[in-house]
Amino acid sequence: MNDLSWIDQALSAARPQVVGALMRYFRDLDTAEEAFQEACLRALKNWPQKGPPRDPAAWLIFVGRNAGVDDIRKRGRQQALPDEETLSDLDDTEPSMAERLDNADYRDDVLRLLFICCHPDLPATQQIAMALRIVSGLTVPEIARAFLVSEAAMEQRITRAKRKVAAAGVEFETPSAVDRVERIATVTAMVYLLFNEGYSASGGEAHIREPLCDEAIRLGYLLLRMYPGEPELMGLVALMLFQHARVPARLDAEGEIVLLDEQDRSLWRGSLMAEAAALIEKAARHNRPGTYQLQAAIAYEHAKAKQAVDTDWRAIDQYYQMLETLQPSPVITLNRAVAVSKHAGATDALQLIEPLSGSLEGYFHFHGVRGALLLELGRSREARAAFEKAISCANTTAEASHIRRHLDRLQKGAEGMPA
Amino acid sequence: MLYALLCYNNEAAVCGLSKEDDEAMMSRVRAAEEKIVAKSKFGPRLRLMPTTAATFVKAGQDPLVIDGPFAETKEQLLGFWIVDCASLEDAIEAGKHLAREREFGGVEVRPISAYVPPAEAT
Repeated sequence: MNDLSWIDQALSAARPQVVGALMRYFRDLDTAEEAFQEACLRALKNWPQKGPPRDPAAWLIFVGRNAGVDDIRKRGRQQALPDEETLSDLDDTEPSMAERLDNADYRDDVLRLLFICCHPDLPATQQIAMALRIVSGLTVPEIARAFLVSEAAMEQRITRAKRKVAAAGVEFETPSAVDRVERIATVTAMVYLLFNEGYSASGGEAHIREPLCDEAIRLGYLLLRMYPGEPELMGLVALMLFQHARVPARLDAEGEIVLLDEQDRSLWRGSLMAEAAALIEKAARHNRPGTYQLQAAIAYEHAKAKQAVDTDWRAIDQYYQMLETLQPSPVITLNRAVAVSKHAGATDALQLIEPLSGSLEGYFHFHGVRGALLLELGRSREARAAFEKAISCANTTAEASHIRRHLDRLQKGAEGMPA
Repeated sequence: MLYALLCYNNEAAVCGLSKEDDEAMMSRVRAAEEKIVAKSKFGPRLRLMPTTAATFVKAGQDPLVIDGPFAETKEQLLGFWIVDCASLEDAIEAGKHLAREREFGGVEVRPISAYVPPAEAT
């Protein structure tokens, strides 16, 4: 077979481990990245003839170290050097190299790499851009396109982020168990943020931004393979897979968002949903519910319903109650109210959201949901006021036009009534 | 003679494929299957979910269930069963029956993502 795409796949799959290990070795992100590039070039030269090495990551780390050391020597920064002969004798060294770098090293290296991308001094968009550039290896033009900014602007954003991270200093000690848990949580949040960057797009942007979802899912798998017993990571990947499975049904011909209730469920990708369901079931065995698992469980309830009317809203209400306990937030209560309205009625739901009017004053969905509930109860005058409020808080034209349809319907209803 | 053809590859690389690349890979697989069926009969064909969706039941009287990592590199795949279960819990229960029968190794419980029964082979 003449197709060399397997090399590309192997290189990008090994990238997080290799750059992570090289960064620990050189203690410098730029040197690590350059060394990785050099190792990739040598792989492209070597692998087509010899086939892939037994452990591509170990091969790349070894060759990358050589290249980096070489480079540093050329720049005259370092005198002490390992013997060139032993370094280049790859056939002997590769197996021992692979043995020395056990899973625990890999894990810490990759997690450290991801974690520095999520440095708290960096704004969310810079965190995501760093992760895409450094961990996923996307090119700057690719990232710029996904974020709908110019290449120069993205280049500058990443350079600035790298400088900030370098100035902050990177912790190279083996993280303690507590540190590790914190790092996993930070990184998990960044991965989901990245997914949402891609997922929330509509109109002409949707197609351009979908690769962000693919990348987020890839990073999710990476974390899950490193920590196979973490139920929240299973939940994160399941949640992303459920949402990703609905992509073909999410937008109409004009590129506008189609609400879950109105989606053509035959377009949902069943194989992704089946895998997500398997993950959720696996996670549930741990009896350690978390926010990603619960959100995935809600997505699973929607996936199980053949049609919108078959949805088990009572179960969804319960999951939202558990979410409220774990992570109290008015937005979660608002979502719960929608589930309550479907199984207990609009009166109960309205009662639930009235106390939120202060905290969600400027929130589009609050006024939209409230308007729909009032409308259902026949309180048209109040419903109209809520919808008008919603339009004034709308973030996109699609949101505004969705509400305007309700208003038009109200208008028609009013015209039909005797004066 | 019956033969099992077992597919091995780097899961991280295959899981990272985009929808388009995955479909392209699967259509190459289907084309290869066409060549096989010209000469041989097909039994069931199936695609497994990634190991991240799997559970491992360790051999022993009181089998331990773990999320991974799975078999040691020094262990080889010796055989497999396909069971139709209502839940993961039932599948693990089935795996435990088999795991109790042995002292070493174990039984990996891996969900199947796509299954083509023998009758549908063209």
